[in-house]
Amino acid sequence: MSEMRHPIESGCPDGFQYMHPVMRRNYGLWEYHEHPRPGVLRHVARSGDEIWTVKAGTQRILDLYSLRKLTEIGDKLGDGYVRFTLRSNIEYMVEDEAKVQPIIDALEEAGFVVGGTANSISTLSHTQGWLHCDIPGTDASGVVKAMMDELIDEFKSHNMPNRVHITTSCCQINCGGQGDIAINVQHTKPPKINHDLVANVCERPSVVARCPVAAIRPAMVNGKPSLEVDEKKCICCGACFPPCPPMQINDAEHSKLAIWVGGNHSNARSKPSFQKLVAAGVPNNPPRWPEATAIVKQILAAYKDDAKDWERINDWIDRIGWPRFFEKTGLPFTKFHIDNWRGARNSLNASTHIRF
Amino acid sequence: MAKTIHDTPMLDELEKGPWPSFISGFKRLRDEHPDERINAMAGDLLGQLEHSYETRKGYWKGGTVSVFGYGGGIIPRFSEVAAAFPESKEFHTLRVQPPAGNFYTTDMLNQLADSWEKHGSGLVTFHGQTGNIMFIGTTTENTQHFFDEINEYGWDLGGAGPCVRTAMSCVGAARCEQSCANENAIQRHLVNTFTDDVHRPALPYKFKFKVSGCPNDCVNSIERSDFAVIGTWADDMKVNQDAVKEFIEKKGRSYVIDNVITRCPTNAISLKDDDTIEVDNPNCVRCMHCLNVMPKALGPGDDKGVTVLIGGKRTLKIGDLMGTFIVPFMRLNTAEDYERIVEIASESIDFFAENALEHERTGEMIERIGLVNFLEGIGIDVDPNMVNSPRQSSYVRMDGWDEEAEKWFQRKLEEKAAG
Ligand code: SF4
Ligand code: SF4
Repeated sequence: MSEMRHPIESGCPDGFQYMHPVMRRNYGLWEYHEHPRPGVLRHVARSGDEIWTVKAGTQRILDLYSLRKLTEIGDKLGDGYVRFTLRSNIEYMVEDEAKVQPIIDALEEAGFVVGGTANSISTLSHTQGWLHCDIPGTDASGVVKAMMDELIDEFKSHNMPNRVHITTSCCQINCGGQGDIAINVQHTKPPKINHDLVANVCERPSVVARCPVAAIRPAMVNGKPSLEVDEKKCICCGACFPPCPPMQINDAEHSKLAIWVGGNHSNARSKPSFQKLVAAGVPNNPPRWPEATAIVKQILAAYKDDAKDWERINDWIDRIGWPRFFEKTGLPFTKFHIDNWRGARNSLNASTHIRF
Repeated sequence: MAKTIHDTPMLDELEKGPWPSFISGFKRLRDEHPDERINAMAGDLLGQLEHSYETRKGYWKGGTVSVFGYGGGIIPRFSEVAAAFPESKEFHTLRVQPPAGNFYTTDMLNQLADSWEKHGSGLVTFHGQTGNIMFIGTTTENTQHFFDEINEYGWDLGGAGPCVRTAMSCVGAARCEQSCANENAIQRHLVNTFTDDVHRPALPYKFKFKVSGCPNDCVNSIERSDFAVIGTWADDMKVNQDAVKEFIEKKGRSYVIDNVITRCPTNAISLKDDDTIEVDNPNCVRCMHCLNVMPKALGPGDDKGVTVLIGGKRTLKIGDLMGTFIVPFMRLNTAEDYERIVEIASESIDFFAENALEHERTGEMIERIGLVNFLEGIGIDVDPNMVNSPRQSSYVRMDGWDEEAEKWFQRKLEEKAAG
């Protein structure tokens, strides 16, 4: 066998080499920005230099044809400099305002969607799902496609009270993270164990240690070393599945979706907040997940109608209170909304603050 | 390498509607690409995905794949239904570290596309949730070839498994007036110090860095990283009174009252009778709200630096945790300043490596042992900024109070002497 090549451990590349010269020149010296129209930003530096940005949504999982279309637009009509946002939107930076409209036209002509700036609903951020994850309860790209088809007008405009970040996660580890609205898998039945495989595939002590509620114990089943789950204790989180695939947690019928709201990473106004459960038992219904989309739209309609300017969903609920949130969205409030996990008492109302 | 066209009635539904369709993209690779290898891979990938849609199950399992010299950076995927979909039976993802700030020239993207076309499936995502470029889908053999090729022109693998992970920073100083930091330099100083820990997983679990230029925290660092670095400023907020007047003329006085003045979390901002704005700077908590509403009129001060928070993470295992504040403010102006922040990161990772249980994140370890033990371990003094409020329970041993109080007074004297 030929000599193997040793890697060059170069790590994270320097961003400056790929940065638009105007941005390089004015690094750290920006003065303000404006939103001339949805999908377009104008940043002005103290030097008087300007940089224009055109932002567009894509399918995120890019095939080479789509990627090359995007680069061709940047080559031919832009300055050859782009970046990607956290929500996988592409941004074209140009110095000359005259290049903005031709880029918009070319993007739209090619089927991409210009928008995603300021008070819009940006592209859902998602995980890998059935396309590539080893433990997914649902798909990710398909959920995004189906929902963005319905929310596209809000992506292309600035009509929401503040920006809206929606996320999806295809298991309860929640790689999608916190969002104003999050659509996440929620299992409702304990894992089904294939006892014939456990001994060979799973490192049993580490699987036992992985369970957040200590529901797993080693056991002999059919004369073989395996694992047993105390189904009364089990919270159906699926944490045992990644280290032990024979403990199958995904179920075509009983793996559902739950919807959470009010996650906000920003420190603006209130401190960053985690999302809270609002709906569960939503069917995991490919290819278009209509039930989940309907609930998301219900929440968005109530928010758009009732929130004040600059209120994110968590700010809006802080002002109107949870009872009114459930009233305005028409969602049921159940015993499952009352937390019993560690620190749960902090989420209970120890006051007479009640809205009438 | 025969291409199979599977029936995909469910996936076909995802070709309808106005948003760009990833399924249409897969089909173009299957039907139009000149390379039969890519056609065949896309064909069976579509078949397996349709099978998942129909049965509502995933069919990938992990395994061990890495490139020569590294222990991580690849997400191995082997199909559990390879008999039906043989051409995509090995479908590994390479995680590649993006440049700080996610900037690319179109030339560089084209070059990466060319390499991926030679060795991979032709599917790529900018970027995954951790921040990596995800080159999705190649065989074990081609994993090495693709890496060898792009590594020659400046690209390196990110982390996967229990290791230091790929870092991420916001667009920041490159384009944003709110930035109080050199995100590019901070990200690279931090993560590139630990390149060995990125490539050779040997920690109890993952460790992530994220850098945001200001408290808007556009990269979600408090919620999603073990070590969050966030720009802020120590002097007075900048107020351009002419721009304030211009804003009021355009939007009206009540807009400013309702959307700026009354929204400040600490009531630190007021509107005067002559339409000027006054800021109570010692009580401004740098939340960014008023600067976001009036970017032309209000801006961060000149004395810039960063705040560090530690221990943010997602749900597994004890529930979601936000990062906890450990460094209130440090300037990053000199090489020594950068050495200091790298040192804090090194101490944190060393402490984590020695004290965390297997599969425990930094935040969970701190939850288990208490913040004070962690701070003592990494040599950082306590600070009242670290808490929402002091302790509420009296059930604690407090012998040693006098020495601790003396430390505080001593520190205050030193701070005063240092000016
Ligand atoms: S699903 Fe969760 S709670 Fe149930 S046994 Fe597995 S790890 Fe424990
Ligand atoms: S975190 Fe702050 S500096 Fe960075 S992009 Fe967001 S607003 Fe700008």
